[in-house]
Amino acid sequence: MQLKPIAQTASGCTSSGCGGRSDQLTHLPKHIREKVHNHPCYSEQAHHHYARMHVAVAPACNIQCHYCNRKYDCTNESRPGVVSELLKPDQAVKKVMAVAANIPQMTVLGIAGPGDPLANPERTFETFRQITEKAPDIKLCVSTNGLALPEHVDALCEHNIDHVTITINCIDPDIGAKIYPWIFWNHQRIKGRKAAEILISQQQKGLQMLTDRGILVKVNSVMIPGINDQHLVEVSKVVKAKGAFLHNVMPLIAEKEHGTFYGIMGQRGPTTDELTALQDQCAGDMNMMRHCRQCRADAVGMLGEDRNEEFTLDKIEHMDIDYQQAMQQRAAYQQQIEQENQQQSRGEMVISLAALKSKKSLRPVLMAVASSGSGVINQHFGHAKEFLIYEANDMDVRFIGHRKVDLYCHGGDSCGEAESKLDKIIRALEGCEVVLCSKIGYEPWETLEQAGIQPNSEHAMEVIEEAVAAVYQEMADKGELTQQHHAWLATA
Amino acid sequence: MTYQIIETCVNCCACEPLCPSDAIIEARPHFLISAKKCTECEGDYIDPQCVSICPIEGAILDSFGKAANPIGSLTGIPAAQWVAMIAEVRASV
Repeated sequence: MQLKPIAQTASGCTSSGCGGRSDQLTHLPKHIREKVHNHPCYSEQAHHHYARMHVAVAPACNIQCHYCNRKYDCTNESRPGVVSELLKPDQAVKKVMAVAANIPQMTVLGIAGPGDPLANPERTFETFRQITEKAPDIKLCVSTNGLALPEHVDALCEHNIDHVTITINCIDPDIGAKIYPWIFWNHQRIKGRKAAEILISQQQKGLQMLTDRGILVKVNSVMIPGINDQHLVEVSKVVKAKGAFLHNVMPLIAEKEHGTFYGIMGQRGPTTDELTALQDQCAGDMNMMRHCRQCRADAVGMLGEDRNEEFTLDKIEHMDIDYQQAMQQRAAYQQQIEQENQQQSRGEMVISLAALKSKKSLRPVLMAVASSGSGVINQHFGHAKEFLIYEANDMDVRFIGHRKVDLYCHGGDSCGEAESKLDKIIRALEGCEVVLCSKIGYEPWETLEQAGIQPNSEHAMEVIEEAVAAVYQEMADKGELTQQHHAWLATA
Repeated sequence: MTYQIIETCVNCCACEPLCPSDAIIEARPHFLISAKKCTECEGDYIDPQCVSICPIEGAILDSFGKAANPIGSLTGIPAAQWVAMIAEVRASV
C-alpha cells in the first residue's frame, strides 16, 4: 500500500493521521497549537503520551444542574465531577508535587470541582498561586459553569492560567430552564427561566472576555436528548464565533441510582450513534474533541486511567519530594517523548487509503482498539477498561472516540443486572466489526466472533492508524466491504 | 430566631463565606450554625444566605424546626419519586 500525506482541507482535517502528529488542531493558529500541543485534554495526539490531574479543592457550587447530585460519592462509581477526597489548598499542592515527581508525563493540573472552582475563589487561586511558584513546569487549567467567570477573569490572567473550560449547555433560556433548576446570584436563589437567562449571559460574557485576552477557551456541552441535542449545533456556531477553540460534546449520564433529577425522572442519555452524529454535525462548524473520557473531579493519570488510589493523603504524607530534581527528570522524560513523536512523524505515520478509491463504494468500518497509551496496540483484550474507536473508510482512518467497558460503576452484582463482563464489552462495542488487541483468550475470541466482531491480535505493538488501515485493506481485498456488515443487517 | 444545620449537610462549604454574622462553623461531622450569632440575615440581606445557597433539601431547619428548603423545592424531583428511588436502591444492596 502506498502511504502519502493527505491534503489538508480548509475546514480542518478530521483524520486522526492528518498532518502526522498535529491531529485535529491543524486549522488552528500556530500560537494556539503550541499551547495545546502537550495538553492531554485538548490534543488528540497528546492524550496518548501525556497525563493530567485534577485536585478537588472546590466543594461549593453556585448553581444546580439536573444531571448533578451533590449528595453522592458512592465508592463504586467514578462519574465525572464526583469526588472522594476533598483537599485543602496546602494538601492539594503537596499531592500535585508527589504526582508530578512520580508521573513525569503529568503536565496539566486542573481544578474542576466537585463544585465550581470560581464559586471557591480563595481555595482555587491559593492552589494555583502555590503551584506556579513551586512547580512552574505544570500547566494550569480551570473548568467552570461560567456564572462567576466575568468577575474572575482578571485574577485568572494574573495567575497565568491559559486554559479555561466553560460548560455551556444552551444559549436559549427556555432550554436552560429545563437544565438548571436554580442559580445563586446577587445574594438570592433564582429559579426558572430568569436563572437560565442570567447564567447564559454570564457564560457568553466570560467567554468573550477570555478570548479577548488571548486565553484559550474550550466549551463543554452535555448532550441531553430531547432537551438540547439539536440546539447544540447552534451553540457550537455561537461559541466558535466568540473564539472558543474547541467544542467538546459529552453524553448525558443518567441512572436512577445516581439520584439526579434526570436519573430519577427517566431522562435517557444519547446512544453512541446519536452522539457521533451530533459531533459530526458540529464538526462542520468547529474543531471537535472526541477523546474526552469525562474524568472525575479528582482524577489522576493518563486520560481514562485513574491512578488516584496511589496518591491518597495518607500515602503522600510519607513521600519525600525533591522537586528541583524531579523537574529535571520530568524535562528529560518529556524531551524523550517529543523525540519519539518526531521520529514517528518523519516515518510512515500518515495513512492514506486513497489507493482504494478505485474500488467504488466501500463501506466504512468501525474498529475497536485496546491500547494503554503511546499510540500503539499494546493491551491484552482482557485488561482493557476502555477501547479506542477508529473508523476506516476508503479515504482515511479517523479517531471517533472512546467506549468504556465498566460504565462508571465498578461494583459487584448488586449494581443492576448481573451481566457478564464479556456481555458488557460486546454491548460497548456495538457497531464495531473488528477489535484489535495485543493478545486475547480463546473463550472471548469465540464469543466475540459469534457477536459479529472479529478479534485480531496480529498487529500487536503496531501504530494504531497503520494497523487499522492494514486490516481495512485486508477486508477490502477479501471483498468484505462491498457487502453490509451482518450485524447491521440483523438490526436493520 | 436562628437557623440550624443538621446531619444531611454534605460539608460543601458554600454557606460559610456568605454568612454576614460569621455564625457558620466548619465543624465535623457536619457544619453548624452558632445560635448566639445567627441573625437570619436580618438587616443584611432580604433572604437568609445559607438557606439561599444550600444545595441539600432538608439540611437547614428554620426556627420552627421545619426544613427551610423542603424536599422537591431545589431539585424539582417530586417527593414520592425520591422516596421510591431511595427504597429501590436500599432494597438492591
